[in-house]
Amino acid sequence: MSSINRQVSRWTVLRAVEHRLLIQKKWFASILMFGIGNPTIYLLSIGLGIGSLVDSNTTGVDGVKYLTFLAPALLASAAIQSAMTETMFPVMAGFIWAKTFFGIRSTPISGKQMANGVWISAILQVTFTTGIYWIILWLFGAMDHKGSWLSLFTACLGGLAVGAVLLWIASVIDHDDGFLAIINRFVLMPMFLFSGTFYPLAVLPLYVRWLGWISPLWHSTELGRWVSYGHSVSGRLIVIHFLYLFLWIALGLKLAQARFEKRLAK
Amino acid sequence: MPTRSTEVVIAAHNLKKVYGDFVAVDSIDFKVRKGESFGLLGPNGAGKSTTMRMMSATMERSEGELMILGLDPKQDSPQIRAHLGVVPQQDNLDGELTVAENLYIYGRYFGLSRAYLKPKVEELLDFAQLQEKRNEKVEALSGGMKRRLTIARGLINQPEILMLDEPTTGLDPQARHILWDRLFRLKEEGVTLILTTHYMDEAEQLCDRIIVMDNGRIMAEGSPAALIAEYSSKEVLELRFGSNKNAESAKKLAGYGDRLEILPDRILIYCTDAELVLEKINHDGMKPLTSLVRRSSLEDVFLRLTGRTLVD
Ligand SMILES: Nc1ncnc2c1ncn2[C@@H]1O[C@H](COP(=O)(O)OP(=O)(O)OP(=O)(O)O)[C@@H](O)[C@H]1O
Ligand SMILES: [Mg+2]
Repeated sequence: MSSINRQVSRWTVLRAVEHRLLIQKKWFASILMFGIGNPTIYLLSIGLGIGSLVDSNTTGVDGVKYLTFLAPALLASAAIQSAMTETMFPVMAGFIWAKTFFGIRSTPISGKQMANGVWISAILQVTFTTGIYWIILWLFGAMDHKGSWLSLFTACLGGLAVGAVLLWIASVIDHDDGFLAIINRFVLMPMFLFSGTFYPLAVLPLYVRWLGWISPLWHSTELGRWVSYGHSVSGRLIVIHFLYLFLWIALGLKLAQARFEKRLAK
Repeated sequence: MPTRSTEVVIAAHNLKKVYGDFVAVDSIDFKVRKGESFGLLGPNGAGKSTTMRMMSATMERSEGELMILGLDPKQDSPQIRAHLGVVPQQDNLDGELTVAENLYIYGRYFGLSRAYLKPKVEELLDFAQLQEKRNEKVEALSGGMKRRLTIARGLINQPEILMLDEPTTGLDPQARHILWDRLFRLKEEGVTLILTTHYMDEAEQLCDRIIVMDNGRIMAEGSPAALIAEYSSKEVLELRFGSNKNAESAKKLAGYGDRLEILPDRILIYCTDAELVLEKINHDGMKPLTSLVRRSSLEDVFLRLTGRTLVD
């Protein structure tokens, strides 16, 4: 009995990550296929189709060819999509569907560590998925500037901002009555449409432009365009973009951690 | 027999749990000593699982004091849980993982090394008789197999206190006896056992001391033998007169034993010598359809204290 070390460790959070990755490993083939297939199909249809239409009728957008303009936005949306899957689903499964969190609860892990476990796993998976997306974009010639590789990081940052808040929201949901679908349709969809993804936000009339301003996707896209091809943004705005995204992360994480603690002690 | 220790491992004082405005555990006091096996008995909804969850440092209490291994779960719940093995009433395994993976990953949360876990998982697969199913997903197990796996999982960290909430519900007789045997051995090794059950034979076999709960309160406390001696007679005569005749017959039976208990399907007469009472009843011309003479059990204690049978 003495062989067991019963010291509580802050690294227990890594066990939660290990647990999550063990499950994901089983889905690796489909994760990979989806990760490659999704952007490929998307780029073949919209990116190249609209791109050639735009480029043949104008001199590109924002001073670069359309695909170059579009790529950071697509990458940022992909990161958000991935972050959504990697935070909401594990939390819903843990608390509601399979209730696995309540099983793990009997081990020395704390609620905060459990929240952080989902979060760290999400960081890994968002980076992986977004990385694949980046490679596909590159293969399509959309990442053709010196700073293009940096857009991977700004995209992940945007994804994780949304992910942190969704981590909290998912931990608040008590019953699964289609809440995910509601978020998807009424929050995420409009966000994609009004965040200057397909055209600069300035094209939109002022009264809908605010949708872009509050959307992490827009902030992440602006940063992505700035780092990849030097889209012109003022220094102050750059700071605001970063601060805004970090604020979402800090707030979402803090609320999620508290919520996990509380819910698991009930 | 392990030497009886006086060291208290769990102490509850005015322990209370409310859900909304419903009082599930109503200011109870009890102590559990190191190495003893301690049982919680009570009808459905008595508050056993709620008490267990508070003792396992997973659920916060609403009021009162609770010390587990000298620590207060309000501050040190992870530290406490590191010493416990918990088998909840409802299996909460990870359905996406295999049988062996469930044991392994659970052990990892305790900070246990791969080197420790590899043989330990094998040992527990043997114990749970799930070697053949080791690579199956948990979803594909039968109810009893899941139960066995949940119990095995609770042993992964060689707990000092093992808490089992209705461990044998859903197990077949063979699996039950394997578990009892294992629990006896753990007890010999000095592990403190805390369990709830609806099976009287289980409580009588396994528990040194029992508390009987009803409506969130403790109705009685003591060893099985002491409880039987205090709350029941030595023997019981069970009579059946046919379902609609029981009440009527009961009127005539008053005075035959120390006490009568009229159940929907049978009448229980508590007495010192049941054979003798039965003879007298037959002699007086009453004709029960069936009769059974038996010793008093915890079931009778329970009926006396709560007015309810244990398995409903
Ligand atoms: N999460 C909850 N929210 C509200 N009420 C609850 C909750 N859990 C339990 N209760 C109530 O508290 C009371 C005690 O429940 P508990 O599960 O502790 O009983 P029990 O003695 O374990 O019963 P059983 O033998 O059926 O397992 C019940 O009336 C139950 O309805
Ligand atoms: Mg219960």
